[in-house]
Amino acid sequence: MTDWLLSLAIFLPLVGAVFLITIRNEDKEVVANNARLTALWCSLIVLVVVIAIWVMFDPSTAEFQFVERRDWIPAYGIQYYIGIDGISLFLVVLSAVLTPVCILCSWQAIQHRVKEYMIAFLVMEGLMIGVFCALDFVLFYLFFEAMLIPMFLIIGVWGGQRRIYSAFKFFLYTLVGSVLLLVAMLTMYFTAGTTSIPDLMQYGFPPEMQRWLWLAMFASFAVKVPMWPFHTWLPDAHVEAPTAGSVILAGVLLKMGGYGFVRFSLPMLPDATVYFTPLVYTLSIIAIIYTSLVALMQEDMKKLIAYSSVAHMGFVTLGIFALNQQGIEGGIYTMLSHGIVSAALFLCVGVVYDRIHTRLIARYGGLVNRMPMYAFIFMVFMLASVGLPGTSGFVGEFLVFIGVFQDNTWVAMLATTGIILGATYMLWLYRRVVFGELVHEDLKSILDVNRRELAYFVPLIIIVLVMGVWPDPFLNVMHASVENLVAQVQPAIDMAQAAGN
Amino acid sequence: MHAAIVFLPLIGAIAAGLFGRWIGDKWAPIFNSVLLIAAAILSWIVFFDVAVEGHVRTIYLMNWMDVGAFEVNWSIMVDQLTAVMLVVVTTVSAVVHVYSIGYMSHDPHRPRFFAYLSLFTFAMLMLVTADNFVQMFFGWEGVGVCSYLLIGFWYKRPSANAAAIKAFVVNRVGDFGFALGIMGVFMVFKAVSFEAVFDATPDIAGQSFNFLGMNLDIMTTLCLLLFVGAMGKSAQMPLHTWLPDAMEGPTPVSALIHAATMVTAGVFMVVRLSPMFEYSPDALMVVAFIGATTCFFAATVGICQNDIKRVIAYSTCSQLGYMFFACGVGAYPVAIFHLFTHAFFKALLFLGSGAVIHGVHDEQDMRRMGGLWKKMPITYAYMWIGSLALAGVPIFAGYWSKDLIIESAFVSSSPMGGYAFWLGVGAAFLTALYSWRLIIMTFHGRTRMSDHDFDHVHEAPKVMWMPLLVLAAGAIGGGVLFVNLFTGHGGHEFFGHSILILGENVIELAHEETPFWVKAMVLAIVAAGIGTAYIAYMWKQQLPGLVASMFRPIYKFLLNKWYFDELYDWMFVRPAMRLGHGLWKGIDGAVIDGLGPDGIAAATLDIARRAKALQSGYLYHYAFAMLIGVAVIVSWFLFRVWG
Repeated sequence: MTDWLLSLAIFLPLVGAVFLITIRNEDKEVVANNARLTALWCSLIVLVVVIAIWVMFDPSTAEFQFVERRDWIPAYGIQYYIGIDGISLFLVVLSAVLTPVCILCSWQAIQHRVKEYMIAFLVMEGLMIGVFCALDFVLFYLFFEAMLIPMFLIIGVWGGQRRIYSAFKFFLYTLVGSVLLLVAMLTMYFTAGTTSIPDLMQYGFPPEMQRWLWLAMFASFAVKVPMWPFHTWLPDAHVEAPTAGSVILAGVLLKMGGYGFVRFSLPMLPDATVYFTPLVYTLSIIAIIYTSLVALMQEDMKKLIAYSSVAHMGFVTLGIFALNQQGIEGGIYTMLSHGIVSAALFLCVGVVYDRIHTRLIARYGGLVNRMPMYAFIFMVFMLASVGLPGTSGFVGEFLVFIGVFQDNTWVAMLATTGIILGATYMLWLYRRVVFGELVHEDLKSILDVNRRELAYFVPLIIIVLVMGVWPDPFLNVMHASVENLVAQVQPAIDMAQAAGN
Repeated sequence: MHAAIVFLPLIGAIAAGLFGRWIGDKWAPIFNSVLLIAAAILSWIVFFDVAVEGHVRTIYLMNWMDVGAFEVNWSIMVDQLTAVMLVVVTTVSAVVHVYSIGYMSHDPHRPRFFAYLSLFTFAMLMLVTADNFVQMFFGWEGVGVCSYLLIGFWYKRPSANAAAIKAFVVNRVGDFGFALGIMGVFMVFKAVSFEAVFDATPDIAGQSFNFLGMNLDIMTTLCLLLFVGAMGKSAQMPLHTWLPDAMEGPTPVSALIHAATMVTAGVFMVVRLSPMFEYSPDALMVVAFIGATTCFFAATVGICQNDIKRVIAYSTCSQLGYMFFACGVGAYPVAIFHLFTHAFFKALLFLGSGAVIHGVHDEQDMRRMGGLWKKMPITYAYMWIGSLALAGVPIFAGYWSKDLIIESAFVSSSPMGGYAFWLGVGAAFLTALYSWRLIIMTFHGRTRMSDHDFDHVHEAPKVMWMPLLVLAAGAIGGGVLFVNLFTGHGGHEFFGHSILILGENVIELAHEETPFWVKAMVLAIVAAGIGTAYIAYMWKQQLPGLVASMFRPIYKFLLNKWYFDELYDWMFVRPAMRLGHGLWKGIDGAVIDGLGPDGIAAATLDIARRAKALQSGYLYHYAFAMLIGVAVIVSWFLFRVWG
């Protein structure tokens, strides 16, 4: 009965985009305004639909829900097959929450080609939701790749000065990963004879083959996460992307890597997952410590937050590969939290960038004198990023630590140093930007956040605090799916342990 | 009622923080102060309810995290130990709130200040009412953030900002240990609630587990990890460096956070976890060692400081050391007793020095004070009371608690007992010395202020000195009134199940077996300290300079606080920055990008350039290339089919 809801969420933004194409008028301002309003309303309706899905979601089962299954290319058994479980639900919600925020924050920042910009965002929203809903590998791949196009355009068309370089770097990296993902997909198809993700989860590939498949997928997902050393595209992409581009990039796009691990690597290739866990641990630890140190020395606000994203995603991969309930749920929760918090931090940068048009930390200082509300908002997200208990950042991180510690104390110890380093670079950033005397002339007339900006900051603050104090509504939904996932991996862990002894 | 104590301050924080603009600069402070006074009154009611009636209870608020075996709740647990902390926290906080109405009366950001103060109180109350490790960690980090916000309250000062960050980061180093400790506790016990963990501790004691590839005793490892957190929060060596710098914050903050409450959280933690520490004699030895060392070290630095607040800050550090070594020798109730009395007299000293700073218009250097006693007699009296209590002069509060700590160390059979005892005695001398040095330099002698400034010195207004009466009463009577309740014969019974002592009851022993010469010596030492201060700073004023020049290296060593800051800067801060820069430019820029995308791009261009050369335009070139291609393909097929 409700099987059309997910399709609605996927295609409504696309329909909105098509509708936008038809907007024509002599007056450019009219077109721009209509485009903004249409996009906003469209994304808000999608948000309502997605929240309805959340409300109707049954947390007691690990089965996929809201499943819709139709033949698509029957000759190869490829289907239009979508559905969600407790793991993908919140990533869908995250996409739906962030899109209206993006549209709102671009309201004035984007002044040329507004219509096309809004089309790009709506198309992207549909594709993002599609990625997290797809239950057919081919369909997933389609969404996964198609997503790159609007993102590429957003950076390349509406980006900063070095936008072409960044866009190509971004494209190059993700493309290399994608090719290998395609190879893995084809191999799986020829071996198992199906592209249905739930079927592939049950298939049980031979261990030798698993390793090759795992590495091929890893290449794709590790670039998306991004894991060290595949991360250098991220700071450049963020720096050149417009604010809303950064929001989607940090908020949703990076999560596709983590999601890929949870959806594909773990359940389909459990033996290889266990085999390669030390590799992932190592890269994650390097990511956490290394990028935190690099973040410390950044002079560009966006770059700093970009590097901090790499560090936070290090926690995500650590948690996922702890392969136990706390670790995986912590990893997913960190993805959600980071999706909100880093997006909000980029929005915070965007607020001052819109006013002063620079991202250099040294060009700011003393903002609190003129912008007390902004200082407060920034403070909340800064503390959430640092993982203060009571904010969403803590819950995820701490669950990851708890999970990893049970598996490997060295890794947990090294990862925990991240809480010291994280505090250092964030607090220092905040001090240089917000505290101190107001020295620079152009800052002396800067205005505090306006109502439009409050309209997206206030809900985000509430989300961060609720997720920190009362994570139950979120975690509760994940339990069954994650338990199921752990059960799928457990035999492989046991086998590896038996072999080790 | 219990919930009200905890949440009234939160209501105040939200009201003043978010709606301060509408409530107004005048009413926000008053509103928050009233809430805090209410919380303090309720706390005393709860205290007597628990102390007399023995009503220990845990109120479940709601579920926090619940993932697999990892279950954490929000709850309010009030037992005897918590009850003591409740009265300390809310009483001092209420006094500080009221005092701040006067102290901060000229500050344009009063609502924000009171919001932070109330928020801090809330976090502190969450910490002491926690019934599990994770909620304790919530409060722990919460007070840390409020401390950060309050130290940096005057955000225009670079030094305040630096001190705020330093406080937070150094505390995070401690929290790093605390967090690892919690993870370890969960791994071993599969639970994080105090009750479950304490119940299972006797079974776990003596077992070992694999930590960082080493086979270590479980209880010792866990206790030491958790203790690292306590060291950070309570400013124990070598994590003490943030506390003196924290004096950049407004003085009421120093009184509340950096003297009476937050910094004592570490002591509270060790006492709360006594059911774990008691099963690890090694961990207790470390606690005693760190405590005794800090207690002496901080006192030596205290005698060389010229900033009035820094003297008291080092004194706090030193007194916390006393509390820790009391825990280390097993005298937990005495540690809490000293925490209790210390909260009163140290807050009194801080707020008194705040009145001095207020009165002399924001001067903190004692070398530019002197002769103030006639101008501010009330403050002068307060400082005397506070110093008498701090030095441990009989009848005053500190006498009862500090002497008992020293005696406990003396009679204890702990291997660290002797070490702690002698350093404790030494620190007692130094305490008396720097206390009277402070009084003499500030209030006596000829003033070193300009005539104009001196004429403008004024006594603190009523709203500031009236609330201090509460603290003065505590500093005078807090010891004699409560000594029997907390530590007298059967003192252990007061704390009931909230404190576990396995071995000998050190306090009982201290009461009965301390030889007379020990008591007499401690008193003589204190008298000697006071006397030395009078000689050196009142009568023979050239003496300190003479001593300083005679022992120049030692003096510089003390003046520079044993060079801890320089050492850390050299060991951690600079290398981290250099490493960060190197990784960014060197690895990210040169290696990864150089070999990765940029390298591939360059290589592609290079190949394209060569390929361009191939396109010569001559037909026979192409024909030849085609022929080679065909040959290769054909031979490959042949090999495939017949090979």
